[in-house]
Amino acid sequence: MSYFRAENLSLHFGGLKAVDAVSFAVERGEILSIIGPNGAGKSSIFNLISRIYRPTSGRIFFEDQDITEEPPYDIARLGIARTFQNIELFENATVLSNLLVGRHRHSTTQLWQELLFLPSVRANEKVHRRRVEQVIEFLDLEPYRDKLISGLPYGVRKVIELARALCSEPKLILLDEPSSGLNVEETDDMSFWIRDLKNELGVTVLMVEHDMSLVNRVSDRVIALNYGRVLAMGSPAEVQQHPDVVAAYLGA
Amino acid sequence: MRFLFKTDYEDDIKLFPHSGYVVSYGILLALLLIAPYALSSYLMSQLVFVCIYAIVGVALLILTGFTGQASLGHAAFLAIGAYTAAYLQTYNVPFPVYFLAAGLLTGIIGAMVGFPALRLTGIYLVIATISFALIVEEILARWESVTNGNEGMRVKTLSLLGVAVPRDSPTFYYLCLAVLVLTIVGTLNLLRSPTGRAFVAIRDSETAARSMGVNVALYKVKSFAISAAITGFAGVLFAHKLSFISPEMFTLQLSIEFIIVILIGGTFSLHGAVLGAIFIVMIDPFLTYLKDDMPGIIAGIAAAFGASTGTAGNIQSSVAAFASLNGLKGAIYGIIIVLFVLFEPLGLYGRWLKIKLFFQLFPLYKRATFKRQKIYVKSERNR
Repeated sequence: MSYFRAENLSLHFGGLKAVDAVSFAVERGEILSIIGPNGAGKSSIFNLISRIYRPTSGRIFFEDQDITEEPPYDIARLGIARTFQNIELFENATVLSNLLVGRHRHSTTQLWQELLFLPSVRANEKVHRRRVEQVIEFLDLEPYRDKLISGLPYGVRKVIELARALCSEPKLILLDEPSSGLNVEETDDMSFWIRDLKNELGVTVLMVEHDMSLVNRVSDRVIALNYGRVLAMGSPAEVQQHPDVVAAYLGA
Repeated sequence: MRFLFKTDYEDDIKLFPHSGYVVSYGILLALLLIAPYALSSYLMSQLVFVCIYAIVGVALLILTGFTGQASLGHAAFLAIGAYTAAYLQTYNVPFPVYFLAAGLLTGIIGAMVGFPALRLTGIYLVIATISFALIVEEILARWESVTNGNEGMRVKTLSLLGVAVPRDSPTFYYLCLAVLVLTIVGTLNLLRSPTGRAFVAIRDSETAARSMGVNVALYKVKSFAISAAITGFAGVLFAHKLSFISPEMFTLQLSIEFIIVILIGGTFSLHGAVLGAIFIVMIDPFLTYLKDDMPGIIAGIAAAFGASTGTAGNIQSSVAAFASLNGLKGAIYGIIIVLFVLFEPLGLYGRWLKIKLFFQLFPLYKRATFKRQKIYVKSERNR
């Protein structure tokens, strides 16, 4: 069975079929990109997986467990982390505490223990911080460690969002347009990091992306969507040459 | 200017970033401990109120400042704490028991208020908490078998381990101070643990908090419960300080005073609660002073500018009439809130930080240092 799979996933807003009977599977350790014109339903699929939206029909499986009915906060607990297209960071907190929220699914301490800050809480905090520090090092975020998010430039925020997702030590990470708003240099960095995610950390990546050069560089497989339906699925080269995909993009 | 070099995770976690803080807070604590022997009984009484307001301020900061859930219902939580104490006292329950019971009961009621509040944000939540406060006020006035209705309840002198602690004794002040310090330390502990960070996460982006595995509903209820419980503890002290409680003490105006405490102090740090409490407790005698002396002073100035005795007398009486108008205090509170929100959004503690930074960086201080702009649009549709 596949590592992660969506079966006949649909999301309808009234008569509008944002996602229409989409089925796909992600294998363990691969990088799968979802491409498609604006409004094709790419981000909607992510919001369905992380349960911001409830699917109209269809089922989602992760590690052979049906997660369609799980509450949103349990999705992260199962090991699925995500980033957002329009950056959803905790603005008035430091980079460090943003990343520590990423560790939330690993926190085991009880409220009363925290009120007294018992040695067990202190020990846990140190473990969290050690993990966070590894991520900071991995993504070169040392200069921003104690800065407030609200004072940081866009490109850095984008990386911090990736870092926060990584801090939860996910098995599957959903990247919603990791390169949007980044310049060429930053996009290059991002592509190396996405590669490293797979090769060094062994994380499976599901990614929505518009930048085809990034898609070509990092993806193992690509899915093309249009009007909520799957047009093509396969290697990056195959998908780009598929007549339906060409038609969707060029309007032929 | 001091630069902190962190070499250990402990440096991030500890309460005092460097030894300077230990010294200054140590001095502050020493001053507070000798205060009863140095200050007049009037100022001591004010200091007790500062402690009580600061405890409520910290409670409100947890809910409003750190979790982002506004509340205008904290007077009701205070009332529940106060009435629980007064009621249990009639059964001769010892102080530690009814103190804890008041906190527990208020916490449970806080959690119950938290549940319907889960679906409400912003102004709607404010309205919901106001209505909760009005309901409690009404219950206190009508449930005469327990609360003695509008006639109010007499609160007996506090007795701790068999020793009577009158409300104007130094021991009572130390008790309030101890509760305040414990509240602050507990809250700081909470804020440096996962729960505190989850609160802040909910305040800044519920969507992101949820996708990071934070059970938003659970933590909102927790925040309500903790905030209410602390306010309940403050309510017991409040009841003992006043020695008499009645429903008209716990009105909307008191809730607004609590909001002023944190707005004026600064909503981003616990220092704000204490500074705001000092402000709100001291503004009352100041307003009374203005009311009593202002008409005479203005008339004197008018006379100095050549107004006849009759005109000066007229001015004096009309200013006096204005100063004793009903609702003037509320209007002044309103103006204070508006001015602070417009010109000092970081509150008194923010002003203190700015002054400190000005001298640390002198002459390189930039006015824009504390300007924060919201540049990027968040995906509101995901709410």
